[in-house]
Amino acid sequence: MRYLPLTPADRQEMLTKIGVKGIDDLFIDVPKDALNPVIDLPAHKSEMEVERHLSRLAAKNVPASSVPFFVGAGAYKHHVPATVDHIIQRGEFLTAYTPYQPEIAQGTLQYIFEFQTQVAMLTGMDVANASMYDGSTACGEAVMMARRVTRRNKAILAGSLHGHYRDVVTTMTQYTEDEVVSLAANPADPHGELKAVMDAIDDSTSCVVVQNPTAFGEVLDLRPVAEKAHAHKALLVVVVTEVVSLGLVMSPGEMGADIVVGEGQSIGNGLNFGGPYLGLFATNQKYVRQMPGRLCGETVDADGKRGFVLTLSTREQHIRREKATSNICTNSGLCALAFTVHMSLLGDKGLTGLAKVNHARAQAVAKALSGAGVEVLSKRFFNEITVRVKDAAKVVDALAEKGVLAGVPASRLYPGEGFDDLLIIAATETVTGDDIKALVNGLKEYAA
Amino acid sequence: MSMNSEGRPTTPNAVTTDEHKYESFSGHVGLRLAEPLIFEIGSKDRTGVDVEEIDGFVSNLGALERTGGTGCPGLAEPDVVRHYTRLSRRNYGIDMGVFPLGSCTMKHNPRLNEKMARLPGFGDIHPLQPQSTVQGALGLMEELSHWLMELTGMPAVALSPKAGAHGELCGIMAIRKALEARGDAREVILCPESAHGTNPATAAFCGYKVKSIPAKENGRVDIEALKAALDDTVAAVMVTNPNTCGLFENEVREIADAIHAAGALFYCDGANFNAIVGKARPGDLGVDAMHINLHKTFSTPHGGGGPGSGPVVFSDRLKDHVPLPFVVKTTEGLVLKEHEDGDNDPSFGRLVAFHGQMGMYVRALSYMLSHGVDGCRQASEDAVLNANYIKACLDDLMTVSFEGPCMHEVLFDDEFLKGTGVTTLDFAKAMIDEGYHPMTMYFPLVVHGAMLVEPTESESKYNLDQFIRSMRGLAAAAKAGETERFTGAPYFAPWKRLDETQAARNPVLRWSPEAEAAE
Amino acid sequence: MLKFTEDHEWIEYVDGIATVGITDYAQQALGDVVFVELPEVGATYSKGDEAAVVESVKAASEVYAPLSGEIKAVNHDLEGTPALVNSAAMDAGWFFKMKLEDEGELDDLMDEDAYNEFLASLD
Repeated sequence: MRYLPLTPADRQEMLTKIGVKGIDDLFIDVPKDALNPVIDLPAHKSEMEVERHLSRLAAKNVPASSVPFFVGAGAYKHHVPATVDHIIQRGEFLTAYTPYQPEIAQGTLQYIFEFQTQVAMLTGMDVANASMYDGSTACGEAVMMARRVTRRNKAILAGSLHGHYRDVVTTMTQYTEDEVVSLAANPADPHGELKAVMDAIDDSTSCVVVQNPTAFGEVLDLRPVAEKAHAHKALLVVVVTEVVSLGLVMSPGEMGADIVVGEGQSIGNGLNFGGPYLGLFATNQKYVRQMPGRLCGETVDADGKRGFVLTLSTREQHIRREKATSNICTNSGLCALAFTVHMSLLGDKGLTGLAKVNHARAQAVAKALSGAGVEVLSKRFFNEITVRVKDAAKVVDALAEKGVLAGVPASRLYPGEGFDDLLIIAATETVTGDDIKALVNGLKEYAA
Repeated sequence: MSMNSEGRPTTPNAVTTDEHKYESFSGHVGLRLAEPLIFEIGSKDRTGVDVEEIDGFVSNLGALERTGGTGCPGLAEPDVVRHYTRLSRRNYGIDMGVFPLGSCTMKHNPRLNEKMARLPGFGDIHPLQPQSTVQGALGLMEELSHWLMELTGMPAVALSPKAGAHGELCGIMAIRKALEARGDAREVILCPESAHGTNPATAAFCGYKVKSIPAKENGRVDIEALKAALDDTVAAVMVTNPNTCGLFENEVREIADAIHAAGALFYCDGANFNAIVGKARPGDLGVDAMHINLHKTFSTPHGGGGPGSGPVVFSDRLKDHVPLPFVVKTTEGLVLKEHEDGDNDPSFGRLVAFHGQMGMYVRALSYMLSHGVDGCRQASEDAVLNANYIKACLDDLMTVSFEGPCMHEVLFDDEFLKGTGVTTLDFAKAMIDEGYHPMTMYFPLVVHGAMLVEPTESESKYNLDQFIRSMRGLAAAAKAGETERFTGAPYFAPWKRLDETQAARNPVLRWSPEAEAAE
Repeated sequence: MLKFTEDHEWIEYVDGIATVGITDYAQQALGDVVFVELPEVGATYSKGDEAAVVESVKAASEVYAPLSGEIKAVNHDLEGTPALVNSAAMDAGWFFKMKLEDEGELDDLMDEDAYNEFLASLD
């Protein structure tokens, strides 16, 4: 038991000091018949044995880096510089707690302040919080925040919002005062879909939630939506699941967003089979007191030296209890650090360059697939496109057998909604020319 | 004899060293290195990554292409490493010393767990890959579930909640769904006064009214008051056990019986499960749902405030109402059930976009396998032993709030500081000067000026004795009238006390070029 | 006429208009006030409704309408200078002015002596 420092002699000495005979005298409040149950689980293992056991499980999975890889739909395979993982494993970051004692937590607080600033800059908004669980929960929080700001409760979700995000919003709001209206997705006609969104806005609307690029990869012009929403005093919530797109696509802030939420995994964070990820949340200054989650602010110490503290915490559960803006009490601290370190390496120049490479790869994939006779639905996209193939789920499984992970069948996000023939394909900087050839050859067989 | 000598003195000069005598020209103070914000040292035109140039790049975005850039500065790699290394040195972490933050369980984070989570087979797989390509990951989720169910004696578990509070939400939503399924929607959730703030926040989030139950003199739930409040409007009772005062609810069985007799459900806040792993199982005590903070009990790192992970275990009463997705064993291998089957599906829905905190599952399972069931039990015993040892060594100088053995943490109040002019906050700040992270202060709310000390099982007797000596010294100094030692503390931390009022009255939540230009 | 509630609000009633604020005791208990959320002019409240919120660094409290009526004015100075609640709780730190529906409700409130007695009973 390599993690336990007490020796049997220590334990005896301590029990004597406490004045009890045995350890179970300290558990006297536990009902007798419930104490020390027989539990059928294995005994302790050495580091080597644990490593062997877990490595065997890991070996049964196909890592993204080992195959031609085109899977996206809300989580993206990007190269993470080695520096990032080194920094986040420093014990001072890794083994710190939430910075409740700011005198000895300025490292965490300063990077949160940097993170908030970077997120605000990327999204084109005034302020951002210290992060949330993930993009989907941030999206649910945005809907509830819009209700608090507008004092209305009808939220409209655009059809091409990621299917799982829609489900999470529905779950989160099922017992709140919010009424959520989910529109139908129309990947073949994104502009028709956008018009339907605009037509749905009225004077009872709290917010309209639109993903950009959409779950099908299409980049939308949201300025008319913002205009219509604002004319009805409703808020525009923009969801970004591929944050690298912000290096090339007009920012949500510039399009008129009032709240921007997103998944920050793409920058600094690995795929990790879905988590831990990084929820981004940004808004305008005038709504800051209605914003959920932790916030770090600048101040000075008793000597007048600049420092940072958690602030506006009265909105949070530990003070407001049942009146809190949210029940959340953690952020994704270490994932936010990874994001910030990666962003500091990239800078505007690196991010723009990275975004261009992603876009160029997706253009190359679209071109190659069109050339091979596969119907490409996407017209204006960033690094993800939707194509039509007969029974996409089967195609994906068949290509997986051949060692090509071709993308996400739309039916996995929107089961039973008539998208069985749509395949969502992402192409990041990690995709090579050979990978594209493998994909095209694979899909050619199935192109209806 | 010939001698080669550097000619340098090898003993310090005989001058008094007063660290305030000189100010450095650099702004650094020896190893305490000053470090500006990234925005003040980086540049928009610099980058620390290699970016492939795309020949003849033309986007298809037209007017929707971003112009003017993001404004984010970049730095070369050496400067990025240095920037964040300097920042890291302003932090206190478990790796540096005793971190007795009650209720937060700051135990050692084994590095094996970090290594395992980074195996490409876990860290580099996508949540929406074909399930045939992630059988090992689903197998890991299955194995973790097995451990959690066995350790708690509960028949079902939902892994996906992303943190403790999210787990509470999961538990209460399952409760509401189960009650609605039996046609008995109720309105009220009862929480003890000593509850974590997340409990009432969660209940309100699920549309319940919250009613508070008082505590008894001995720090436990007042079962008579609870019985009086229980009627057919009560959906659930949320009880933390071991509770936030560090005490085991000795009447937990009676509490469970009373709750069930009223047709309500028993939610246990499992934040303090680390005290009883291997010693007692919530399933044997009448609990219907309990979240487990993997980042406390099973030692996944706190990371400066997340990411956490908060799986929830369920009793038979609730096991059909778990959220999606979950792993199902079939003849063709493990399958992830991701979607509801029609409108009558008993699940209450999806809590997160994907499958939860896989990275934390790997770390937690690595910890469990390392400890084994025997080590898990020993860890609980050592955590409880350490807390009781601290209590026994301090109870003559400080005020222990409740008599009798405590669990993994010991609660003091500020009675012993009465008349000294020293507050709990001052005492905590003086601990920083002693080289310790302060204990949890002003929580729970049921005692005045609370100080909640949780040493965890990671501390050796040597570390505990050092810590105790320091606490005794401080308590004695406060009583001896050394008020300024406390009211001005910390003196030796890299920052003095920070002005939280200014931060809240005039919130500056980001760096901005305009603000910098104005300076 | 100066009146008080058990929620530590003061009410000054002059010519049909009641000015409402929080007492010196309340501002001390809250600590440094950092933000005040005021009601909208024209809104009507019944006695006991939540009408405003006052926040310090470590606490947030609702301010209840002590009487039923319509909001006629709010103290916009508090938006920029919430510290007024600390420095001048009983005058420049007022929150809002109401036109009362029923003057009779004033009779249910405490006068200054009764409030001081109430405070003495708290500790």
